[in-house]
Amino acid sequence: MSELLTDIDAIRAQFPILQREINGKPLVYLDNGATSQKPQSVIDTISRYYELENSNIHRGVHTLSQEATSAYEDVRKKVQKFINAEHSHEIIFTSGTTGGINLVASSFGEKLVRKGDEILITAMEHHSNIVPWQMLCERNGAHLKVLPISKEGEVDIEEFKKLIGPKTELISLVHVSNSLGTINPIKEMIEIAHKQSIPVLIDGAQAIHHMPVDVQELDADFYVFSAHKMYGPTGVGVLYGKEELLNDMTPYQGGGDMIKSVTFEKTIYNDLPHKFEAGTPNISGGIALGASIDFINSIGFDFIEKHEAELCRFATSQLRDIKGLRFIGTAKERAGLVSFVLDGIHPYDTGVILDKLGIAVRTGHHCTQPVMNFFEVPGTVRASFAVYNTKQEVVKLVEGIDRVKRMF
Amino acid sequence: MIGAVSKIEEIEEGIIEEFALFDDWMDKYEHIISLGKELPLIEESLKTEDLLIKGCQSRVWLHAKIEDGKVIFTADSDAIITKGIISLLIRVLSGQTPDVIINTDLNFIEHIGLKEHLSPTRSNGLVSMVKQMKLYALAFKTQQNG
Repeated sequence: MSELLTDIDAIRAQFPILQREINGKPLVYLDNGATSQKPQSVIDTISRYYELENSNIHRGVHTLSQEATSAYEDVRKKVQKFINAEHSHEIIFTSGTTGGINLVASSFGEKLVRKGDEILITAMEHHSNIVPWQMLCERNGAHLKVLPISKEGEVDIEEFKKLIGPKTELISLVHVSNSLGTINPIKEMIEIAHKQSIPVLIDGAQAIHHMPVDVQELDADFYVFSAHKMYGPTGVGVLYGKEELLNDMTPYQGGGDMIKSVTFEKTIYNDLPHKFEAGTPNISGGIALGASIDFINSIGFDFIEKHEAELCRFATSQLRDIKGLRFIGTAKERAGLVSFVLDGIHPYDTGVILDKLGIAVRTGHHCTQPVMNFFEVPGTVRASFAVYNTKQEVVKLVEGIDRVKRMF
Repeated sequence: MIGAVSKIEEIEEGIIEEFALFDDWMDKYEHIISLGKELPLIEESLKTEDLLIKGCQSRVWLHAKIEDGKVIFTADSDAIITKGIISLLIRVLSGQTPDVIINTDLNFIEHIGLKEHLSPTRSNGLVSMVKQMKLYALAFKTQQNG
């Protein structure tokens, strides 16, 4: 293996967009929790695909189709290795994290969740890990149970144990909260759930780019994430599922690629993973996900974790000194972001002024309205980090907030 | 004020001149912020769910009534910059006849470099607010004709 890349300037140089100016100021991009920027290698992979390889996969006998199919399927193996799944057919390509959760809610839910059953989530879930379950509950007459969180934004394991009952059919948990940064003790929670043979889905959208994920070590039953938060393209995601569970589930959508044979009387479904991949997928995006994994591997999680933890610590220590600033989410174990409100200044106003200074942050409820209601704020300002961010950028954020405070 | 309301074009021209004084964005936004702070608050009793226009980012309350053939708007927002822009919209539209409100295209917003705030992607409630103001005007017009 070649030497790992650990020089921030060299890492930044791979991202053309980081050279941009916004409102006449160098871009300070701190909205990585929404989506990360893309390195040149990912951009090149997409254009090269359309320039040289474009054709439909799993169909043709011609060279282009063969090449595209093998490039796409190679990424499945790359993802398998990246999250240490046992089999490559346990890797289902989806449109993203939301797509993956909806697939499970539909395919697992329709078959295995009955009237009166319960699905358990936490109070810090993204809307994507709330609404699909609510919709399932409405269809099947099941109940959605919610594990509360503390003022720090943490779950209580004893409460969790109490909420699991004989009717619990599935537990769906966020690995890292997108609005609070909390890292949940998912390994311990999965172990507790498995004592009662309850499968667990992990929403890994905000974890996959920050830390190594080993689905076998976690013993997760399902693990979902999006390519676009891990330096890859939008519109592609992964659902990992244990073979046995995936085999038990009915297909999500019907169409091409997911069948073995079709007559007007009966259709025989294809094997894993194709059973869950109806229709022509986002081929260029899938192949480019491979390039984004290569990018992460070229740096390595040792450096990524260390660098991002340092940025979070630095941001926390700098922001803490600002009068009237209150952190939302102060869990002991956190990753990738700081979320806060300023006394008497609406997050929207803060976001508008920071944008004028070239600083991109996310403001609002972050698709976690129940979390905002719990903390009794209309929204927060969230600065979320990626491996290419620097301490100088954090300093610019702090200066920007000072400016905001002077203006209001 | 009612009855003494200028023509809509004159008010818009006045705002454009007012904003021409500012060289940089900081001064402009400081002015918007002060306008936001000056905007008379909507009565607390009117801050109800049915007068609420939900933006994803900030919330806007809008109330309308008709007096002597002119539409009187009052509004509020939880975000100050949104409120500042509301105050400009009210300065232009409140006190005009339904017909004038229905037919105006609010070009002044573009002239003073604040068009981005009326973009649907901002989700601050302002686009819906303008739409709602025109709907009120249309409703009053229908009432008058009826």
